[in-house]
Amino acid sequence: MSRMSLDTVKQAEQTPEADQPWKELGLKQDEYERIREILGRRPTGAELAMYSVMWSEHCSYKSSKVHLKQFGEKAPQTDALLVGIGENAGVVDVGQGYAVTFKIESHNHPSYIEPYQGAATGVGGIVRDILAMGARPVAVMDPLRFGAADHPDTKRVLPGVVAGIGGYGNCLGLPNIGGEVVFDPCYQGNPLVNALCVGVMKHEDIHLAKASGAGNKVILYGARTGGDGIGGVSVLASETFDSTGPSRRPAVQVGDPFQEKLLIECTLEIFREKLVAGIQDLGGAGLSCATSELASAGSGGMRVELDTVPLRDATLSPEEILMSESQERMCAIVEPGKVDRFLEICEKWDVIATVIGEVTEGTRLEIFWHGEQIVDVPPRSVAHEGPTYQRPYARPQWQDALQADHAGLLARPADAAELRAQVLALVGSPNQASKAWVTDQYDRFVQGNTVLAQPEDSGIVRIDEDTNLGVAIATDGNGRYAKLDPYTGAQLALAEAYRNVAATGAKPLAISDCLNFGSPEDPAVMWQFAEATRGLADGCLTLGTPVTGGNVSLYNQTGEVAIHPTPVVAVLGVIDDVTRRTPIAFADEGHLLYLLGDTRDELSGSAWAQVVHDHLGGLPPAVDLERERLLGEILISASRDGMVDAAHDLSDGGLIQAVTESCLRGGLGARLVVPDGLDAFTFLFSESAGRAVVAVPRSEELRFTDMCGARGLPATRIGVVDGDAIDVQGQFALPLAELRAAHESAIPALLA
Amino acid sequence: MTARIGVVTFPGTLDDRDTQRAVRVAGAEAVPLWHRDKDLKQVDAVVLPGGFSYGDYLRAGAISRFSPVMATIIGQAKAGMPVLGICNGFQVLCEAHLLPGAMLRNTELHFVCRDQRLRVETAATAWTADYAAGQEISIPLKNIDGRYTADEHTLDELEAEGRVAFRYATAGATADGYGNPNGSLRDIAGITNAAGNVVGLMPHPEHAVEPLVGTGRTDGLGFFTSVLKKLVTA
Repeated sequence: MSRMSLDTVKQAEQTPEADQPWKELGLKQDEYERIREILGRRPTGAELAMYSVMWSEHCSYKSSKVHLKQFGEKAPQTDALLVGIGENAGVVDVGQGYAVTFKIESHNHPSYIEPYQGAATGVGGIVRDILAMGARPVAVMDPLRFGAADHPDTKRVLPGVVAGIGGYGNCLGLPNIGGEVVFDPCYQGNPLVNALCVGVMKHEDIHLAKASGAGNKVILYGARTGGDGIGGVSVLASETFDSTGPSRRPAVQVGDPFQEKLLIECTLEIFREKLVAGIQDLGGAGLSCATSELASAGSGGMRVELDTVPLRDATLSPEEILMSESQERMCAIVEPGKVDRFLEICEKWDVIATVIGEVTEGTRLEIFWHGEQIVDVPPRSVAHEGPTYQRPYARPQWQDALQADHAGLLARPADAAELRAQVLALVGSPNQASKAWVTDQYDRFVQGNTVLAQPEDSGIVRIDEDTNLGVAIATDGNGRYAKLDPYTGAQLALAEAYRNVAATGAKPLAISDCLNFGSPEDPAVMWQFAEATRGLADGCLTLGTPVTGGNVSLYNQTGEVAIHPTPVVAVLGVIDDVTRRTPIAFADEGHLLYLLGDTRDELSGSAWAQVVHDHLGGLPPAVDLERERLLGEILISASRDGMVDAAHDLSDGGLIQAVTESCLRGGLGARLVVPDGLDAFTFLFSESAGRAVVAVPRSEELRFTDMCGARGLPATRIGVVDGDAIDVQGQFALPLAELRAAHESAIPALLA
Repeated sequence: MTARIGVVTFPGTLDDRDTQRAVRVAGAEAVPLWHRDKDLKQVDAVVLPGGFSYGDYLRAGAISRFSPVMATIIGQAKAGMPVLGICNGFQVLCEAHLLPGAMLRNTELHFVCRDQRLRVETAATAWTADYAAGQEISIPLKNIDGRYTADEHTLDELEAEGRVAFRYATAGATADGYGNPNGSLRDIAGITNAAGNVVGLMPHPEHAVEPLVGTGRTDGLGFFTSVLKKLVTA
């Protein structure tokens, strides 16, 4: 790897025993030996660099692949999926000739080291994935998880992450319409920064990442290549942090959103003129990934003159150029006759574009440096035939004790005054409080199509101004539930996101997932992963929502301590007429409140247990996906036929949290009556799944209850929208002003 | 024949398509203008939309101000053509010295996106004739460099000449979008030139023209109908 002497293929053949830094590059002994076997010689420095990044956990999914297979094997029958797992992002048919592509990814590790740039480039990367499919990006969302809200380091990480997401996303002109902010001490050394992007195109505009057609040119365009992010995927995202080691900062990329905005507009214009035969963004593993994946998915041969790559730093070695994760770059395969026009459009947008190679008749990926060959590999062996591990997994011994320590053992409020105090504590706790301090740093209005944005149940953007067709997206995940039972926890995340999309009136179609876990080398973590993926795959089969793609983030742990297993699920839905969308706000006095679904004594893993007792134990709420589907159908019908004016899903914090949010959003109070057969405490705080609260105009009451009765969905009248307090009859009254103060001041008080 | 309103796209402009839509919703024809093009395509008025032109590098609006299209716009604006600068467009107008003052980083030092309450201080401009002086409107605000600043003399002059076009409404409640969000001097959200044809403001009227999207209000539509009426009756 010395910069002084170039390590060519010829030299590799002549010096088979040369010492190579495979270990420093994150490869294992057997992996290095396999590379030698594939090549029939030792790899050159450049080849070693490529294999090391492409065979990293982050790029190769070597620990997770055997479990992820289920998403394909158990995929539900659907006509909606146009492009499935394996491409930059999945593509879903939403009707009227439109296709929607969406994906969620993690940028966890970089965001802990360098919060601003880590989070910013996370947005940049996912946006390029969506762009590469041929779509115009139309919205973003960021599910975030941090350590304890009052921990001093949270005050370093959170504002940096939020500023980075805003600084990058706002500058791209993409509305940020949802996401999550969750605090838990388990994320103290491993914050989770997941980023989602959704894009829209016509069916015929779908583009794929493949290089075919011998003689076609390989064009690298966008930013110059620099020394940032070298080994980001292999060193950062695929190992556990060692707090005593040297600073990892040089492995974090630096973003330039202005360059990305130009790249978006330039690429969309190139698509409009149908100038590309294949396209791939440069993200993790940079050029190594783009060239090997394009060649691997195409006819197989590609020749690249690496010295033609425009550099920000002229001293970079070929190995560094191949590994660099410099942002805002794309790689296109273009027919020779279209190259001039392609370059012209790039010039119009002030985007640097360079022909760096061409597709060949052969089957090898060949890379040259000033005429000397430094790479000669079968591209599939780099991109698609990396190692696969059957990691051992075992249910941890502590799982039984954790599940036995259930919330039924916790003291419940003794009287109405204590109940009232606990409600106030809950809605003002960091996890349940308003996140406006965060989301007001994101632009939710740009593009002028935002129909719903946070704190609504799902974000909805209009995609056709004439027909009012729109798409809805919600992301959810609950690491506490998943820690108690990873199988059920993953299904609860799916159920909640599904419910959130349906509550706004949209029909759920497909999902993308971001699976955040600890080290795969720990059998307990691997068991959590195996259980969660099994739960998710089974759940998607039942709900009829295929997994379209996503991302796995492992090694989220500090020393021996892993984060809670945290599968985050994004559900995409379609709504034929966005004017029918259902908001959460209780905005009309006299509307009747109905609780849909069954409420059981399910407090284990709840927000109440966390806020009041700092407790986690027991079994999470039971999941009934058939019930979720029925609830969804009722919510969608009610929205379409104008039977409800507001709907809010019930999840963490239970009924009282949902009613508080809906009342504050609408500026009106509610009178609630505890239904027969329930005690006030369970009524207010239980987190039973498959539930929602809706506001029904009196004129629609009969029609609505008839529909629920006919379909067999329990619907219980629990009160009325009224006044300026939440008045739980026979228990307590809480003025909205008092609730608002608690709910809205908590986060600014901790972070501002 | 309806009026033709040009909407400029600089590299990094974000709200150009939204502004074109707002122009159409008001009943005018939206004409895209490209920053490298000196030709204004016979438009009757121009909007400089929001965004981060040239990434706000160096200083917001500092580079765009030197673009070929601006050379023509500066001349036309001085000759009386209605020009509206929204957010980044306002910053460009200040850099181009068509309007006095400058924008600094918000006092809270971070991006603010919210539904903002404004008081229209004058109806005597090309872009505010459809409002009444003193009328309050709510339109989205979203920026990080929105703190209006000028020297005392300039501020006094603006006040004396009735050229403060919009102020952040601070009276009444603190919630619901009231209050000065960024430390702008004298709560100034937007200003006009002496002739009333060039107006700049930080909040975004183009995001408040349809009840379905954004904040659900249409308080911003008046900007576009004002100029349309002026152009059609002129």
